[in-house]
Amino acid sequence: MDLTVSNNRRNKIHPWIFALFAACASILMMFASLTSAYVVRHAAGNWLEFAMPTIFFVSAGVMVASSIALHFSYIFFKKENEKMYKLLLIIGSILGVLFLVTQYKGWMDLNAMGVFLDGNPSGSFVYAISGLHAAHVLGGIATLIMALVHAFGLKFKVTDKRKVRFKMTLIYWHFVDILWIYLLCFMIFQ
Amino acid sequence: MATTVKTAPGEINEVDQLIEKYGFDDHFHDHHDEDKYKSNFLTTYVFSQDHKIIARQFLITGIFWAIIGAGMSIIFRLQLGFPHESMAWLKPLLGKWIQINTDTGMGTLAPEFYYALVTMHGTIIVFFVLTAGLSGTFSNLLIPLQVGARDMASPMLNMFSYWFFFLASVVMFYSLFLSTGPFSGGWTAYPPLSALPQASSGSGAGMTLWVLSLVFFVVSVLLGGINYVTTVLNLRTKGMTLWRMPLTIWAFFVTAILGILSFPVLFSGFLLLTMDREMGTSFFLSEIYIGGQALENVGGSPILYQHLFWFLGHPEVYIIILPAMGLVSEVLSVHARKPIFGYKAMVYSIMAIGFLSFIVWAHHMFMSGVNPFISNFFVVFTLIIAVPSAVKVFNWITTLYRGNIRFNAAMLFAVGFISMFISGGLTGIFLGNSAIDIQMHDTYFVVAHFHIVMGIAAFFGMFAGVYHWFPKMFGRFMNETIGKIHFWGTIIGAYAIFWPMHYTGLAGLPRRYYSREGFETFRHFGDVSEFITIAAILTFFVQLLFVVNFFYSIWKGRKQTTRNPYGATTLEWTTPIIAGHGNWPGKIPTVQRWAYDYGKDGREFVPQIVPLEEGEHDGGEGDH
Repeated sequence: MDLTVSNNRRNKIHPWIFALFAACASILMMFASLTSAYVVRHAAGNWLEFAMPTIFFVSAGVMVASSIALHFSYIFFKKENEKMYKLLLIIGSILGVLFLVTQYKGWMDLNAMGVFLDGNPSGSFVYAISGLHAAHVLGGIATLIMALVHAFGLKFKVTDKRKVRFKMTLIYWHFVDILWIYLLCFMIFQ
Repeated sequence: MATTVKTAPGEINEVDQLIEKYGFDDHFHDHHDEDKYKSNFLTTYVFSQDHKIIARQFLITGIFWAIIGAGMSIIFRLQLGFPHESMAWLKPLLGKWIQINTDTGMGTLAPEFYYALVTMHGTIIVFFVLTAGLSGTFSNLLIPLQVGARDMASPMLNMFSYWFFFLASVVMFYSLFLSTGPFSGGWTAYPPLSALPQASSGSGAGMTLWVLSLVFFVVSVLLGGINYVTTVLNLRTKGMTLWRMPLTIWAFFVTAILGILSFPVLFSGFLLLTMDREMGTSFFLSEIYIGGQALENVGGSPILYQHLFWFLGHPEVYIIILPAMGLVSEVLSVHARKPIFGYKAMVYSIMAIGFLSFIVWAHHMFMSGVNPFISNFFVVFTLIIAVPSAVKVFNWITTLYRGNIRFNAAMLFAVGFISMFISGGLTGIFLGNSAIDIQMHDTYFVVAHFHIVMGIAAFFGMFAGVYHWFPKMFGRFMNETIGKIHFWGTIIGAYAIFWPMHYTGLAGLPRRYYSREGFETFRHFGDVSEFITIAAILTFFVQLLFVVNFFYSIWKGRKQTTRNPYGATTLEWTTPIIAGHGNWPGKIPTVQRWAYDYGKDGREFVPQIVPLEEGEHDGGEGDH
């Protein structure tokens, strides 16, 4: 894998991180198309109006807290503070899993409100959008598990390679975090 | 013959000296002396991370699919051209899809299978052949070689890109053998045919596998595209500024951006479609009765799917044609021994086409109930695409003007591409008008238009690329004589197939019909249809010449003896004839000038690795 990374690099940004940004752009297009489909469908009428369950706001808070914890974990990692790095990594990861739990709770609440997956498209859209987002968070959790394996399985050492890996995990995590806040705002204000 | 031209400043020693003198030492071989990438057969040829092997994998899989996709068109053309002839002889191949009349012994193609064939023909050629087979092959082969990189930014993701395509292929291939048949609702998979499993025989398991296959395909395109963009932007060698990149790279770069931004939208459409199919949602379904029974779905809109589909669908045709344009630009310049005319204009028109491709999608939906005022917007932007397209055509022709042209197979196909692109492009101006489209939509005029402008033209670009870069892939040449026969057979055959369709289409003959028999007004198209079918069969067999030539030449073709057989300027010809993983055995060459110094200051060509002389201007950016 270092085949090209050891190449002549005049640029400041690491190619893998650039590739991650491109991937994020791609994911963003997916959600942009879903939200624009939402707008188009909304404009056509026959649209069930309902208030978003409050638990979705809680999940947004959990996600932000998780992002902050991981961000500081990365800062401590760079400062070679092993203890804080590992502690915050664990906290961030647990909050990440908690986010999925709160999302699940949100879907249950929607169901209890009478907003069903196979009912009016206004509800179906919320399930589809939040479900697809949760799938991307799940991908993020997989990378966090890798980060935990690195943190606890390998000897603590701050190398460029590990920094890049951690940074990529972090960027992706911030991305799905901001994405959820955007999606939530979108669904509230539409 | 052209391919044996001596490589004046490109003699092996001189190239090596230049690389040694000006090259960049990345200490690649300090780490890779034992070349861990070549540890065994499996990692060298199967699960390879070498972009050159992956390119060959894409190409050969693409050829496999091209034979199947084109073969299908022959079967449905037989039905269209010879509806009264028995097709019983196809029963061993098609089984129950040929229905035999027990009294007369007459075999007819099952109508539902006709639709499945048309659907699969479109899906296979558009996605598997002209996207994966074309962009997958040449982006992989040429991006690292022409920008001067050891490999892609992530060779592993690149490998996954191929294997996701392979997985998509396996699933789609499997769907051909379902007892209910493959999906038959058209390559665009419009609901409700695609959303209701009970809608037709192919809408059940066939559609499930179709969508699964295409989801794998989307993943493949995205992994590939992300890699291509990153490699072009981040891994160019020293001196390779953007304005020194060959047009091939520009084309692949913009193509990859289009893919990254448009395929996710298709995925969104598929997600909602699958939810409609499997979870009872009503995104695209509304007030439908099947067999007198009302379905529960209320409030969906099939037009919404069309918007999502065509937001990919239109950029997709540029994803197909832009790489072909890039390849043709390069081949034309090399074999006309002239710099490409209007390099910057070419780059800007690639960008303009790429941008415009995102804001014209609804021209596929003029007759779907789109507001006519909204149509106006799409008409205007659609017609504006003619401007950058015309710039490109003008520049290609001007590149040929007074060139010292070598009419080898690659060059013939490149010139043929221009012919096809003009012919097909002109009919696009008809169809882009929403008013004229009222008459023309869903007729054979449309079939003729898109087959010529993006089907045949893209194939021509691909053939030009294969003939030209075959030595780079296999260290041997394809047979020139067979190549030329292939060209003439194909260009005459392709026009013979599609030219008459313009007339039948203008006369109102609808596409997609299994049979004209029920319509008195279309009866007199029988002869034309017969002619088209015969032309299609002949053209198909001419393509088999290419296939034989291709595989024969891999092992038995004339060997490449000089490193730079065409006297080309770009970096891929500075590697050893058979380059290992990492492309250059020592240092990475650095780039000193743009890619099109042909016939400059009395020199026949000047490779990109040759430094500018004192007072000499760089063609790409220096003297602007």
